[in-house]
Amino acid sequence: MPEAEAEAKLTVSTEDGVTIVEFENRKILDELTINQIFEKLNELADTEKVPMILLNFRKVEHLSSAALGALITLSRKVSRRNGRLVLANIHPQIYEVFKITRLNRVFEITGTTQEGKRAFQ
Amino acid sequence: MSFDRLPLPEKVVIPSDLKAALQTEERILEAVAEAGYSREAQFAIRLALEEALVNAHKHGNRGDSTRSITITYDVDPSRVVIRVRDEGEGFQPRNVPDPTAPDRLSVPCGRGIMLMRAYVDDLQYNRQGNEVQLIKNNSR
Repeated sequence: MPEAEAEAKLTVSTEDGVTIVEFENRKILDELTINQIFEKLNELADTEKVPMILLNFRKVEHLSSAALGALITLSRKVSRRNGRLVLANIHPQIYEVFKITRLNRVFEITGTTQEGKRAFQ
Repeated sequence: MSFDRLPLPEKVVIPSDLKAALQTEERILEAVAEAGYSREAQFAIRLALEEALVNAHKHGNRGDSTRSITITYDVDPSRVVIRVRDEGEGFQPRNVPDPTAPDRLSVPCGRGIMLMRAYVDDLQYNRQGNEVQLIKNNSR
C-alpha cells in the first residue's frame, strides 16, 4: 500500500511566552497536508497579540515549494503583528531547499531547538 | 538532452486530483527504491515529481478534476525518466520570473520549476509546455 499521511499533526507547547510547534508529519508536500497544517498555524498566530513562534522541523524529511509558500504567508502574518517566527532543527537536505530558493535569507533559521528558544531571549 | 518522443513503458492516467497524484507518486517512488537509488536520489525524485504533479493539477488543469494527468515513466537501475502531461494550453517556462530575484523573494509562489531543475539531472518541457520530462541518473 502506498504510504500516506492523511492527517496533519502538530505538537504545540508554550515556554517563556514562545509558542513551540513541532511538525509531526515527515512529509509536508501535498496541498491537503499543507492546508491542514497552516490553517492550524495561522490560527495560532491569530490568537497571540504579538505571536512568537518557534517551528521545530526535527521530524520533517520532505518539503515542497507549496509548503515554502505557506511558510512565507505565515511569516508575513507574524511580521504584520510585530511578532517573530524562527525555524529550527532543519534536516540538511531540507535546508538545501531553503538555500536553493534563497529563503535561508528570508527566514530566521537556527540549528537546534535550544538555539531557537535563545533567539527569543 | 532533448525531449525525445520515445515511449516509456509505464503509463498511468489519473483524474486531476491531489489524492490520486499522491498515490501515483508513492507507486513510482516504491519502484525507485526497489531499483536501488540512494536516499538522496529518492528525496530528489520525490520533490521534483511532487512539483510536476502539483503544477499539472493547479496550473495546467486549473484544478479541474474532470481533466486528467497522464504520467509515463521508466525506472531502471541507471536512470529514471518521468513525464507528466496535463490538459492545459501549456506555458513557456522561460517566461516564469526568477523566484530568487530580490523583489520576488517574499512572493509565496513560483518556486516549483526552480526546485525541479535543481533536483534532477535534466528537465525539459515539450513545445506546447503542457508536458514536463524529468530525468534523474543513478550516480551510485
